[in-house]
Order: sequence, then structure tokens, then C-alpha cells
Amino acid sequence: MDGMRAHDHHDEHLHNEHDASPEHKGHEHHEHDGEVEELATGEHKLDLAAVRAKLATKTGKQYWRTLEELSDDPDFSELMHREFPKHASEWDDSVDRRDFLKLMAASLAFAGMSGCGRAPEEHIVPYVKQPDGMVLGKPLYFATAMAFGGDALGLLVESHEGRPTKIEGNPDHPSSLGATDAIAQASVLNLYDPDRAQVVTYLGEIRSWSQFLDKASSLSAETKATNGVGFRILTGTVTSPSLAKQIQALLKLYPQAKWHQWEPAVSDGAREGGKLAFGRYVNAVYRVEKAEVILALDSDFLSSGPGHVRYMKEFYRRRHLNGPEDKMNRLYAVEPTPTVTGATADDRLPLRASDVDAFARALAAKLGLGGSAAAPAGSEEWLDAVAKDLQEHRGTSLVVAGEQQTAAVHALAHAINGALGNAGATVYYTEPIEANPVNQLESLRDLCADMDAGKVETLLMIGVNPVYTAPHDFDFKSKLMAFAPGTREKKVKTSIYVNSHFDETADDCDWHVAESHFLETWGDARAYDGTLSIVQPLISSLYHTHSAREVLAAFSDKPGVTDYDALRESLSPSYFTALSNSPEFAKLWRKTLNDGFVANSALPPLAGLSAKLHVASLPPVAAIPAGEYEFIFRPDPCVYDGRFANNGWLQELPKPVTKLTWDNAAYVSPKTKDDLNLGYQKVAARGGEHGQIVSDVVDISLSQSKVSAAVWIVPGQADGVVVLPLGYGRSKAGYTGTNKGFNAYVVRTSGALWTASGKDIKPTGERYSLACTQYHFNMEGRKILSTGTLDEYRKNPAFAHEEDEQPSKELTLYQNFDYSKRQAWSMAIDLNKCNGCNACVVACQSENNIPVVGKDQVMRGREMHWIRIDRYYLAKTETNDPTTHYDPETKKDVLANPPTFFQPVPCQQCENAPCEQVCPVGATVHSAEGLNDMVYNRCIGTRYCSNNCPYKVRRFNFLRFQDWETPSLKLQRNPEVTVRSRGVMEKCTYCIQRISNVRIEAEKANDGKGRPIRDGEIVTACEAACPSEAIVFGDQNDKNSRVAKLKAQQRNYTIMGELNARPRTTYLAAVRNPNPDLEKA
Amino acid sequence: MSNGQPPLDSPKIRRLTPVLEPGHTYASVTDKIASIVLTRPMSLGWLAGFTLSFSVLMMLTVAIAWLIMKGTGIWGINIPVGWGFAIVNFVWWIGIGHAGTLISAILFLLNQKWRTSINRFAEAMTLFAVACAGIFPLIHTGRPWMAYYMFPYPSAMGIWPQFRSPLIWDVFAVSTYGTVSLLFWFVGLIPDLATLRDRAKSKTQQIIYGMLAMGWRGSARHWHRYQSAYLLLAGLATPLVLSVHTVVSFDFSIAIVPGWHTTIFPPYFVAGAIYSGFAMVLTIAIPLRKAYDLEDFITMRHLENMAKVMLATGLIVAYGYFFEYFMSQYSGNKFDLYLTQMRFHGPYAHFYYALILCNILTPQLLWFQKVRTNVPVLFLISLIINLGMWLERFVIVVISLTRDFMPSAWGRYSATVWDYATFVGTLGLFTTMMFLFVRGLPAISIAEMRELVAHSEEHE
Repeated sequence: MDGMRAHDHHDEHLHNEHDASPEHKGHEHHEHDGEVEELATGEHKLDLAAVRAKLATKTGKQYWRTLEELSDDPDFSELMHREFPKHASEWDDSVDRRDFLKLMAASLAFAGMSGCGRAPEEHIVPYVKQPDGMVLGKPLYFATAMAFGGDALGLLVESHEGRPTKIEGNPDHPSSLGATDAIAQASVLNLYDPDRAQVVTYLGEIRSWSQFLDKASSLSAETKATNGVGFRILTGTVTSPSLAKQIQALLKLYPQAKWHQWEPAVSDGAREGGKLAFGRYVNAVYRVEKAEVILALDSDFLSSGPGHVRYMKEFYRRRHLNGPEDKMNRLYAVEPTPTVTGATADDRLPLRASDVDAFARALAAKLGLGGSAAAPAGSEEWLDAVAKDLQEHRGTSLVVAGEQQTAAVHALAHAINGALGNAGATVYYTEPIEANPVNQLESLRDLCADMDAGKVETLLMIGVNPVYTAPHDFDFKSKLMAFAPGTREKKVKTSIYVNSHFDETADDCDWHVAESHFLETWGDARAYDGTLSIVQPLISSLYHTHSAREVLAAFSDKPGVTDYDALRESLSPSYFTALSNSPEFAKLWRKTLNDGFVANSALPPLAGLSAKLHVASLPPVAAIPAGEYEFIFRPDPCVYDGRFANNGWLQELPKPVTKLTWDNAAYVSPKTKDDLNLGYQKVAARGGEHGQIVSDVVDISLSQSKVSAAVWIVPGQADGVVVLPLGYGRSKAGYTGTNKGFNAYVVRTSGALWTASGKDIKPTGERYSLACTQYHFNMEGRKILSTGTLDEYRKNPAFAHEEDEQPSKELTLYQNFDYSKRQAWSMAIDLNKCNGCNACVVACQSENNIPVVGKDQVMRGREMHWIRIDRYYLAKTETNDPTTHYDPETKKDVLANPPTFFQPVPCQQCENAPCEQVCPVGATVHSAEGLNDMVYNRCIGTRYCSNNCPYKVRRFNFLRFQDWETPSLKLQRNPEVTVRSRGVMEKCTYCIQRISNVRIEAEKANDGKGRPIRDGEIVTACEAACPSEAIVFGDQNDKNSRVAKLKAQQRNYTIMGELNARPRTTYLAAVRNPNPDLEKA
Repeated sequence: MSNGQPPLDSPKIRRLTPVLEPGHTYASVTDKIASIVLTRPMSLGWLAGFTLSFSVLMMLTVAIAWLIMKGTGIWGINIPVGWGFAIVNFVWWIGIGHAGTLISAILFLLNQKWRTSINRFAEAMTLFAVACAGIFPLIHTGRPWMAYYMFPYPSAMGIWPQFRSPLIWDVFAVSTYGTVSLLFWFVGLIPDLATLRDRAKSKTQQIIYGMLAMGWRGSARHWHRYQSAYLLLAGLATPLVLSVHTVVSFDFSIAIVPGWHTTIFPPYFVAGAIYSGFAMVLTIAIPLRKAYDLEDFITMRHLENMAKVMLATGLIVAYGYFFEYFMSQYSGNKFDLYLTQMRFHGPYAHFYYALILCNILTPQLLWFQKVRTNVPVLFLISLIINLGMWLERFVIVVISLTRDFMPSAWGRYSATVWDYATFVGTLGLFTTMMFLFVRGLPAISIAEMRELVAHSEEHE
């Protein structure tokens, strides 16, 4: 009987993996009925009929005993085995250790080659540490790149025994310089997402790849015959030359076919702005490093858009202060809603999105570019100051227009940069990095019109989710499903969808091809400056997934070409012509893989380009009618346009400014909240300020469509603006992402893609609970985040130490430990460089196996992030309540535009740690190097340490938060970090595993005599990810270390030093450089 | 009431109600008390009360089983409020557990005769309260099966508990207190167990009481040793009464959390403990004397004396509250200052006002003899004080944690159904044991009551 049960289990599993096709439905009981007889045919000695015949002779209890006996029969085993794909059992939930190791070994072997030996060997080359062979337990690093948002971020991926576990930046890659962002950090989790589509399906039923290839070849033949009439391809923005070449080749093969592109979260403004200004599509590359004065026109260029990691690095290098004599750049931000870039700007002006356009025109007029637009009300003074400052910095200033802004604003930015002599200095233009720049809205509109007209017969969609993201007036879903008039045949005869998940669009398509993750495929992509980056696979496909390139190849005249070949072929003319197949070629290829990009492939600046813009001839600003609200659509800082909705790390990541998790909300300013009569935003008792906030729900009606959304009050947002973040309300994203938040795409039309106006926003009377990790924004007069202006700093370099109260070290009953004999690990966090971008939070989560707890637990105040980013508003008020934001004395709206500051808070690693003293079992103890260590095995979970931690950085496993069952998630975990069970406390360790690794290497050096650990050799996960280099880790006993030098600065202070905890983590006060003219006003 | 009666032992209390109503003889005392255990039929009231208590106890077992299956996350605790109902209940029960030993030991040493009729069940109450309290430190840990790490057992790895932690002091303080209280109670019971053995009709009772009586024959030597042992144990128990809650208060005062870190905690916790202990003795004594017609033994004098103790300790507690507030103002410590302000104005202000009403204002009624001698009112006041003392622990434990140092980490706490189930469940455990005790053991010390009879007779 036991044997039988095991088989049944396999059957269930088979159903899970390959879905239940009708002819497979009877599997569970196939011993008893004859439905699956055909499966048993073949030249095998025993078939089911024979089994049944044998069994028919038995009755009663004997029947079962016989089956057991049968299960020992080799023929019977063979029969059973043949029914299941080989090694299907290994993917069963209960993988044992041996099988796991076997599989890992197999994965590793496959990582070195693809195509199971069909193709020539495809070497991937370890990057930084190249051991002679594979050393188990030693991670390898491979260079690859993540193509995302019209950019490619160069990455180094850490691989443990063939499993990619952690993403790092590639220090040599121009777009990364070693840093990453939150989304790139989280992308590794997408690889192991258990909800990924795993097979090819046709109408929801499993098909083999070869069946798909058959279909593709028959379709190709038909298409070829008609010259490609009715053959359409829809992709996102493509920056991969090899992919583009494949598509171009297809278009050549089928001359009547068309290629459409649609990227929902990036506007055509940048493209069309270039056209307006230069008469052609260009790619603007900023040299932020050279800019002394920067004006961001509704631009979040430090945290989204092409090159943002690089720009952040450059921007904050110009804000590095060694002392009061140092200079800083200055950032002005004009924006409707606070972004990471704007919130930390030196001077910030909240303006509605449409007013940003007016502001740009007024600025252009002021700078003598013609036109005569008046500045939006209330911004005149600001405009004068900015214009003056920009003019004083000709050639060293920079105006950046936002990704979501109109073409006019982009064109004006180009013109202003040209007029200020910045073109060629702080900004240069290249050929577009996109393979085929088009106006994507029009491109999608054409496609929809053609689908309507029945002109589309075969639609191949790659990596887009148009049913979810297309403007709702396009009604993509019904166009996809529509029947040709008078027939029972669909207008779009064959729709093929290639995507990682079986999502909203997949439901309405005929064929769905599970798409491989970028860590599973070969490829390439252009970075922000055109650098050709190589995408290397780190692991062979976990499931039966295929890349976009493979699918495209299936329709070409060269089906079966591998990604690897396609990539090499694509590179060869430009790169390998003279070399192909010579030894130099192999060398160069290895170097390229090793570097992760093709050396010197950045696109050269376009010569002789100057903005010829008649400002006066620009179309008028689309003004918001009086009395109406402006609704703007923005990609969400965590889940972006929705494609990361099923990524738990990003869902649980507190959004930089609002600190909301798991939901989006309609953001309004405090005053707009009053105007709309929305008084309600209440702290619920469960979790309170650090958890659950109950908010009003509103109905928003825009362009004949309606959506209900919770309201969230955002101090610093422009009045009259309602922000509708995209990316939520997914109806089919997976376990994690489905039905979270509201779907803003529902009210987004092609006519008002980024900015809409209306007044139909009404409270429904309903309430909705939002999970917010930090509602309290007032420091209550405590010395937590020290800030000043550059002037203040110069006058009083020690301003961070005002009212300092440092108790004597002798005030202790216990002997002080002498830390001077070994390394004293410590961390300095320069608040001057932190803009709350969240890269460190996800990096830490990825490195340290930190679980995702879910919305309910976040609402109870139990999120597990080891490093959190606190956000404070320096509002000159006692209030902490955004619903009562008027200063009682001055009657001024104190939260209209409050200075905003961010502070990353990991464990402070106190030398005199309050947590250690109270632990009854010694589960948290001090190391000789000054680390406050957690001994998970010893922890019994009294939580006393957390109570006594003044910084509240300890995290407790209140329940079993780790997912111990899902096999794919096990693969992601860092083997060097314990996976914590429930009931134990955990916290930041300064990445002790990284410290140990380096220490071991250093001790082994010089034939075991050892060598000192070099400064910068140990890099914590947060430090490595930080694009602004705000976090510095090192040995404070080494007076020449970076961290010791930072700590020697007068800006260095400890949070609440009077508590005598003596933290090793210290902070450098934030210094802002506002325009003195605006300060006076 | 005492009209025409002979004076008791001193002229000072002559005018007071007697501690034993007159007219009792050795035999009548013994009959009366032993009958509750041996001869009285099981009353419907007892059965109903026991059934209810036992059902509530079963709820506790369910709550604890679920807790062990799922983890402490089923409670309302979070970061920053790492301690919630469990610790509140622990401190509350431990506090209640103070009265018994105080009555038995300290009043015994001070030769307060009125303690005699209440000491037995007060001690039992102590033990049951300590048992209820003892559950919490164990189950509130994240991994209760590892809680033995708190004991200094000889581990093969040479790892000891961390003796700087007040939680370790707690382990010793509470376990010592529990042990000594149990011994003290049991030693006091021995002569009575022998009485029950001698009077028992059924074989089972004879065997059980016989074994428990440990061969007591009532010889002069027995009595001599018994009294030395009792005196010694009283001496041993006396400092423990003061030490246990002092140590429990260290759980808080050693920590740096504003609202916890104050030197006034030890005396104020001890006073609070006695305060709540006496309130609980009253809560039990009043229905008990009514149900088993023990008004002769637990007289108005007892009730009044207990009320006076409550008034005195209540005033000490009020002083403690005042000084917490005063010191926060006087010290100028911004964290303490904020916290005390927050108690009045913060999200939990209603708890604080309720606390002041229960613990400071209500007991002021006890200044009036009319109130002290009004049994229903006294019962009500005792309930209010029990509630008040629970609120006090809630205010200290929970509210202090909601807003400590980093405003960004401030949060709130709200108890879940499992928090309540566990708390109410321990009440069930407590009352279940109380019901069993009343029917199984003499709730009033027979031997000592006989002494009291002897005393009264001497004065006749």
C-alpha cells in the first residue's frame, strides 16, 4: 500500500507541474479504470492491461498484497517509471539531502553549458575570484547585466554551487560602478518565484516545446506565403541589439509584418522631446559629476530611469564633505509629489505636473529662449533664484526633465541646457540606445486599431502585459478576444505570449511560452550610455522555460539557433570580424564575459547637434481647469509598473517616502485632504504608528471609468494633485502580488496617459487598513537625525554636537573591555548622502535570508528588515498628525513642503550594549572585535533584548516566518547565513559572514603567517549596494581607514549618545546646500 | 457585638470585634472546619462554580497548545512592544501571591492573632497565584522547550545562564518563593491533616490524609518541633515576601526603558503586591465565609484589618505614582518626561485614568469605618483594586514600551483573543484549584483556631 501511495503522490505532482490535460485526468486511479490504457502501449513487457489482467484474478485483501508484490517486479517499476518524466520525483516537496546535492551538482554542470551538448561548449567565466576548480562552499561571481527600463545595469552575481543567490553591482560597468538599486537586488527572487510559469501551454493546457516549434513552423510557412501580412510583434522597449537584430531579420523575412512596442511606465516625452529639440531621436547622457547646479523638472533621475545608479554615484560624490571648506553641488527640484530625488533636494518646490511645464517655459523665457509664459502662481521668486543660479553656472549646470513629463518639458530642458552651454559639458547626446525608438503610445494605438480592423492574424507578445497595462480606452482584452463578424473565429487567429508568469494577458492568449529569467539566458543590452553589456546565464533553466530569442528564432528561417549563437552572431560584425575563430577571439570573448560588457562600446556623442526649439511655437500647456484636481500616474518605486508585483521583497519594502508596504494608495497633500473632506487617517491599535493605519477610501471617476482607492496623505505633495501609483491591483500576478492595492490602469486613458484632470473624487465612507512601517515623522526634540545647512556647517562645523551629553566611560559596574588590540569593526553612515533609495534594505534581505512576513504581520509591527530607513520631516511644529497640519500660532501649513531626511538604521553594535545585559541565557554577546553577536541556537526568545534596545533594531520571529517548504525558495538562500526558526531574535550582524570570509583569507595568507585585513576588503551587503556610498564599514582602530577618517570628522555623532550605549554605528550629520536667496524668502 | 463579653488579650483591642466569635469550643471549631471537607455534601453551588472554573481552565490549555503550535505571534506583541499580557499577568499574579506568605509569616512573627483564621487559604491562594504566575515566564518565550537554558544546570558545553540579567534573578526569586511558600503551607497543614485522618470515614480519605499527615500523633515533642519548624520557616519566608517583588521590579528598573528605569520600583512594587494580595484575599474570603458559614471564624475584625492594610499599602502605591511623575519632572530627563506626559495624554490615557480611579481614589473610601464594615462594598472595592493593580502592570509594561527612544519605531499594542484566553484561563486555573482546595483541605487552620479558643478561654 505504501508503494501505491507514493505513486499517487507523484501523480498529483505531475498535475501540479504540467497542469491537468483531459486525457491525463484519470491518473490518480488508473490502476482501476481503463482511461489511460493508451499510455501503456509500447514494446514493454508489461502494460496496464496486463497488470489489470493479473489483478483481475485476485480478490479482497489479496488484491492489495498483489499490487505490493507487483511493485517489486522490475517490469512493473519500469512501467510506472516510464509514465513520469525522469527526475520528476526530485522536484517533489520533500527533496532529501542527497537528491538535493545531486541536483545542485547537475545545475552546476549545466551552468557551464547549455543545449545539453547540442551546441558547442559555452563557457561562462568567473569574474573576481577564479579558483582553480570549483571549491564547494566558495561562492563564484559572474558578470551579467539586467536589462530594465530602457537601461542595462551591470551586475556581478554571487553563485553558490550553481545557485545564484545575491546580486551585486559590477564595479567596472559604467552604469553600475559597483552599486545597484532595490529592484536589481530583488530580481534574484524573481528567478525562484514559485509562481513562475514553467511550461509551454496552449489554451491553458500543457504542450511540449516541440509542439510549439511545430506550430511556429507552420505559422512561419503561412506567414511567409502572405509576406507577413497580419503578423505582428509586440515588445517592451528593446535595448538588446541581438534581440533587435532577430526581430529585424524577421521583418525582412516577412516584409508586411510589423513590430510594436509598449512600455507602460515610461512616457514618450523623452523621445518626442528630443525630436522636438533636435529633429531626431536622441539619448541624453548626463555627466552629473560635472554639474554644480542641477534643476530636476519632475525628475527622479537619481532613482529611476536610465543610468540612475551611475547618476546617484556621481551626484553624491559631489556632496562628499571632508570638512567645512569643501564645496557641494546644489539640487533644485520642481515636482508634484516627493520622490527620492526631490525629497532630499536642497531646494524643493511642489508644483502640479502641468505647472512644471509652465515653470519650464517661464524659465526658458527668463533665460532668453523666447516665449513669454508666466511662472505658475507662487513660484516667481523661486524661478528668479533658480534662473540666476543657473546663469551663474554656465557650463556647470544641468536641467533634467522627468521620465513622465511631456515632450515640451524635455525639449525645453534640452534647449535650456544648450543655452547654458551645458550640452557637451554636463550633458551629451548619442544615438538612441533603444534599438528602434518609436512613439510607443502611437505604436500600441496602431496595433489596437489593426486588431479591431481584423488586420492582425498572428500576434506575438514578448514580456509585455498589455491586458493589464494598456490604456483602458484601448480595451486590449476585448480586442484580443473579439470574433470576426459573423464567424466563430477570432479576429486575432493566433496569439502567442511569452512571459515569466501566467498573468492577465496570458488568460486571453492561445499560446503561452514560459519565459526564462535573465539569470537563465544569454543576451545583451545597451546601458544608459550605449555600453553593450553581456547577459550571462548563471544557471540552466529551472523549469521548461524559453527566452524571447528562442521564440523569435522559431519563427525565423533559422529555427533552433541558441541564445548563445544569436548573441555571438549579433556581436560578430562589429566586434569580432577580423578575429573570428582565432585565438585572439577566444581571449577577447573571455575578457568580455569576464568584464560583463564590450569594452569601449559606449555610443559616441553626436556631433553638431544643437537644440533648435521655438519655444513660442510649443503647443500650449494642458492646463487643469479651475476647480479640478490633477491626477497623475507614476510607476511605483517598489513594484514599478506591476511586473514586480509578485516579488515579496519589493512588496514588503517600505516605499521610500510614504513607508507604505503591500499597497498603493491615492496620494494627496494635507491641504487637498482637507479640501476633499477626508479627515480620517487613524492609527489603529494593532501595531499602531509602526504598523496599521486606517484610511478613507475614495471613488475616483476619470474618463468613464472608476476605481476605489485608499487615500494617503503625503506631506510635501503639491496641492490639488492626486497621485495614482501604477503596478498594483493585479488580478493575476501570483500568490504574493494578486489583489494588492488598487489598479490605477483602470482609469488611465490614452488621452491622459500621465496627467488627467477631473473633480470626481468622493469618499465612499469605507475604510481601508494600510501597512505603514513608520507613521511618526516628528523627532520629538531628540537627537536622532542631525542636520544643518552648508552655511551653518561652515559657521559651526561641530553643529552636530550641540547639546551633546556624553557620559563618562567609567560610569559602569563592569570593567571596560580593551578593544584596541584587534580590529574594531564599525560603520559610519553619511546622512548627507542618503536619499532613502532602499537599495541597502533589499541587499540586506537578500544577503541575510530575511523572511517576508506579509501585510497582516507588517500591520502588527513585525516586519523583519535588519536595516530600516527612517524618514523624518523637519516640520516646525509639535504635530505628528498629517491630518492636523496647521501651526496653531502662525496658521501656516507646516507640512506643505517640509524638509525631508532619511536615516538608515541597522544594529548600532553598541559597545556597552543594553541588549546583552538583560539576556538571561547569553544569546546575545559581545565579540572581541566589538560586534554584538546573536547566537540563534542559544536564544529562547524572551524579547527582553528588544525591549531594552533604544534603537529598536532587533527583529523577532513571532511566528515561523521563513518558508521552509517551497523548494525553489530554498535555492535562493545564502548558505553562509542561518535560516532562523520561529521564536528567536535576530538583527543586523554587520554581515559577520563576510567579515569571517575575509579574515580567514587574511589569516591563511603568507603560508599561514597571515596578513592584515585591508581597508575596504570587507564590504557589508548594505555598503556594497549603496549607490551613494553613504555607508562605510571598516576598522576604526586603523586610523587610515575610511571609516576612521569619517568618524574623525566633526559631523560625526551618535544617536542619543547620552544613553551611554556607545554605538559603533555612527552618523555624519546631513548638510543641505539651499540657495541663500530662497532661504531669506 | 462584643457587649458583655470578656476582654481579649489586650485592653487596646478590647472594644474591637473578636477574631473568633465567642461560644466556640475545641470541638465546635474542629467540627465546623472539618465538616466542610469530610461530611458536607457536595453543593450545587460548588459544582456549578467548579464546572465553570474547570471549563475556563480547559480554555487555558487550548490557548497554550495553540501558542506552542504557532508561536508567540498569536498574541498582540510586536516590535517595539515585546512584552504584553504575559508579563502583565505574571507580575499581577506574583503580586497577588504576596499576601498569603505575608499574613502567615510576617503577621505570625508579629504575633498578630487575627491572622489565624485567614492564613491557611491565603497561603493556598499564594501558591495558586504563584502557579498561575509561573506559567507565564515559560510560555512567553519564543521557544518554551528551550527555557531550561535559564537554569544553571551543568551543561556539557560549560554554558551558564547570564547572571547579569534580571530574568535569571527572577527564576531564582520566584522558584525559591514558591518552594518556601509550599513548605510553609504544608508544615502548617500537618496537624490538621492528622485531624482529618482521624475523623475521616472512608478508607480512601484515611489513606490519603494519613500519608499527608506524615505520622503526626500530636505528642508534645511533635508540637515542639512543629512550632520550631514553623517559626523558622516564618523567619525564612519573611524576607522572601520583600525580595520576590523587589526582584520582579528589577526586570523593569534594570532596563533603560523610560517608565521602567526608576529606583522607586522595588518598594513600590512590594507595596503594590501586598495591596493586590490583600484585595484578592478579601475577594476570596467574603464569598467563602458566606458559602460555608464561616462568619464566626472570619469575622468583621478580619475584614476591617485587611481593609486597613489595603488602605496603607494603597497610599504607598499612590506615593509611588506621584514620585514617578515628580522624578520625571525634576530630573529633566526628556524621555521620562515625555513618557509621563504621554500617560496622561497619549493613546492609552484612559488606562492611566482608570488606574488612578481604581488604585488611588477608590481605596480612600476605606478611611470610613462604615465602608470597612460593609461587606458588599468591601467586596466591590477588593475587585476594583484587583483590576487597578492589573492596570498598573499594563501601564508599566506595555505603555512604556510603546514609546521609548526612537519615535520612528513607536508603535502600539492591542491584545488578541489569545491574550485574553490565556489571561482568563489562568483565572480558571486559579479558581479551579481554589474550589478543590476548599473541598479537599481545611480552609482554616483547625489547630491554630483551637489555640485561639484556648486563648479566649484563658481570658474568660
